[in-house]
Amino acid sequence: MIAELGHFALILACSLSVIQGVFPLYGSINGNGRMMGISLPAAYGQFLFVSFAFAALMYSFIVSDFSVANVATNSHTLKPMLYKVSATWGNHEGSILFWALILALFGAMVAFFGRNLPRKFHVTVLSVQAFVGLGFYLFLLLTSNPFERIFPFPNEGNGLNPLLQDPGLAFHPPLLYLGYVGLSVTFSFAVAALIEGRVDAAWARWVRPWTLLAWCFLTTGLTLGSWWAYYELGWGGWWFWDPVENAAFMPWLVATGLLHSAIVVEKRDTLKAWTILLAIIAFSFSLLGTFIVRSGVLTSVHAFATDPERGVFILLFLFLVIGGSLFLFALRADKLQPGGLFAPISRESMLIINNLLLSVSALVVMFGTLYPLLRDALTGEKITVGPPFFNMAFGSLMIPLIIVMALGPMANWKRADLMGILSRLKFMMVVSLVATLAFYYMAGGGAIMAAVWLGLGMWLLFSTLYEWSERIKLFKGGALKRILRQPRASMGMTFGHLGLAIAVLGMAATSYWDSEYQGIMGYGDKATIAGYEVTLNSTDGIIGPNYTAVRASFDVNKDGQKVTTLEPEARVYMTPPMPTTEAAILSTFLGDLFVVIGEANSENYDLWAVRLYFKPLQAWLWTGVAIMVLGGFISLSDRRFRTGTIKGKK
Amino acid sequence: MNKIMIVIFWLLMGTSAFAVGVDEKRLSDPAEEARAQEIMKQLRCLVCQNQSIVDSDAGLAKDIRIIVRERILAGDTDQQVLTFMTERYGDWVLLKPPFDGATIILWLSPLLLLGVGFIIIIRNQRNRKMATSAPLSDEEQKRIAQLLNENGDN
Repeated sequence: MIAELGHFALILACSLSVIQGVFPLYGSINGNGRMMGISLPAAYGQFLFVSFAFAALMYSFIVSDFSVANVATNSHTLKPMLYKVSATWGNHEGSILFWALILALFGAMVAFFGRNLPRKFHVTVLSVQAFVGLGFYLFLLLTSNPFERIFPFPNEGNGLNPLLQDPGLAFHPPLLYLGYVGLSVTFSFAVAALIEGRVDAAWARWVRPWTLLAWCFLTTGLTLGSWWAYYELGWGGWWFWDPVENAAFMPWLVATGLLHSAIVVEKRDTLKAWTILLAIIAFSFSLLGTFIVRSGVLTSVHAFATDPERGVFILLFLFLVIGGSLFLFALRADKLQPGGLFAPISRESMLIINNLLLSVSALVVMFGTLYPLLRDALTGEKITVGPPFFNMAFGSLMIPLIIVMALGPMANWKRADLMGILSRLKFMMVVSLVATLAFYYMAGGGAIMAAVWLGLGMWLLFSTLYEWSERIKLFKGGALKRILRQPRASMGMTFGHLGLAIAVLGMAATSYWDSEYQGIMGYGDKATIAGYEVTLNSTDGIIGPNYTAVRASFDVNKDGQKVTTLEPEARVYMTPPMPTTEAAILSTFLGDLFVVIGEANSENYDLWAVRLYFKPLQAWLWTGVAIMVLGGFISLSDRRFRTGTIKGKK
Repeated sequence: MNKIMIVIFWLLMGTSAFAVGVDEKRLSDPAEEARAQEIMKQLRCLVCQNQSIVDSDAGLAKDIRIIVRERILAGDTDQQVLTFMTERYGDWVLLKPPFDGATIILWLSPLLLLGVGFIIIIRNQRNRKMATSAPLSDEEQKRIAQLLNENGDN
């Protein structure tokens, strides 16, 4: 019954999205105030009904109602409650419903917070948002109904992939989706601006916070996924250039570009057409990403063919949204009058370089991801495009980006003096060079590229700090006051850039100086890695709620002193039967000690396969990203996003 | 109790294997083992997504690790081991796509895209400058002269 009510609510939401999309848009074109009036209530209603539908599905998972096909395939009575709840969005149908829910939530937020926007514009934005929503509702209702019943129903469900039964992964998809869908708002604003034929500073001020919010969520979601891979997959890797990761990374790259180009629109009233285009591309990548992952087309071309109904729908929807918006762009882009001029060396130019490099890297990642697919389709040859390609292609684009990133904030708008900036940074160049060499020497040398990345990280770190100290006149009286009174947006920028610098240092260290021990250990055996002495003490059998496991206990000593005890587990889940590794990690400022327990010999169970890793500065990577996100939120709290932003436009 | 549980565990575990099995022998010469590791990093685990065989827990990855070590012991050079693998599994087994006629577009894509981007930007800027600083037409010149004269008269 509950499931049917959910289904019904979903149909109502779908109908409301048609109403919200069609009538207010008609009204805004013909100046019909009554029709425009439908917009807001429809947006709230849509959110209400999708929430109900989502709650109904969650309820079915919580009570393990196996007569609902989706619950039967993805849940199990023995699963802990957290994973019953998270299973709601941990499957195809549920995750699309979750998408629709967030979309409706953001639609309702735009409806509510946008009341002081010019009415026609507001209504148009909501119409575009409703049309995107309609696509998702139809996809759900026609091809992926989460409420489908099965009869006869099973007594027990199939369970959720054990790898997904982890707190990190329970919250990874929702955050990622918040980011993806946040970009839909930016998209709706862009399309509405094209329909109205105007973009100005007020528009940019509206779009910036939404992009920023989406960016913060995307960053957190991506990192959570990366962090999960790091501790769960058991070999200490944190980025694999896996197609699914790439699908989420592409919109992030474009959103980062958009974040920066929107500044130019806001401050200098130029780069408008480009910013609109980026907003369209960013959301197109989110859609592409969602559907690539959801259709399974990248795992194998055959997944697409086995379910042609979904595949065709997806292709059609992508074609309509991306093609339609790009067509509109082609028609209207020249209406957007370019504003202020600027010299080849200026902050505008540096932000253009930022945009160019980020867009090209997003395209390269896309090309690399789709290349095997294209090649297979065209010639039937199978080829792999793996991490070596991405590291080289993406890495070489990031080098100039980081160099320019240090200069950009120091450049003036309109016309800047490159030599002047470089001479202001002269001292910082020396400092970063010395720091890099010292670090490189202490690490005992290594690959040249390691030094290059280290140098880039140091360069960004020190020049960002220098720019900040110059801006707030650190060494003059009353500096503290000036630090606190900085506009939040500039504070956010400093945090964002510093965070990246720290993350780059972490990435460089952990990629080039990691060390590894693999071997067989008996009880009492010792292994040494990066100055740590690790002793296998004991192993113990464990029964969890839906798994059994071996838990090993390792004593960790450094310089003869006991540091800690690490207890990695090797688990075997019951439904579906699958082994997973639960690494134990000692995280310190200088690096992570990572312990994994493997197989035992089958005669006596007294010899164990053990892997130890030392990942230098791994924590810097996570900390750096956290600082970046913090910067995003600080910037989001800037006064001008809260007050007096749209008044000028009324 | 402890032992029984472990036995249950391994029964449930079935045929699955972790990356380091107890039976997996490493090469005794550290230099050779390091070479083997480098080669393994370049080989794709055939049943996983974008993982190298070093990182994979799959049984097939383990078998290939054993083959790589065997080839090294047999005195193959790094290139010979890679060729040995591609002859059996095709280019698909290499994580790094070979640089040849068909992949040249892939490898050069960053440069090509950057180049195209640069050209578009420069052309755009030039057009805009021309648009804003186009020389005044004769009529405009006349009008300016007129305005200046009017001012002069007053």
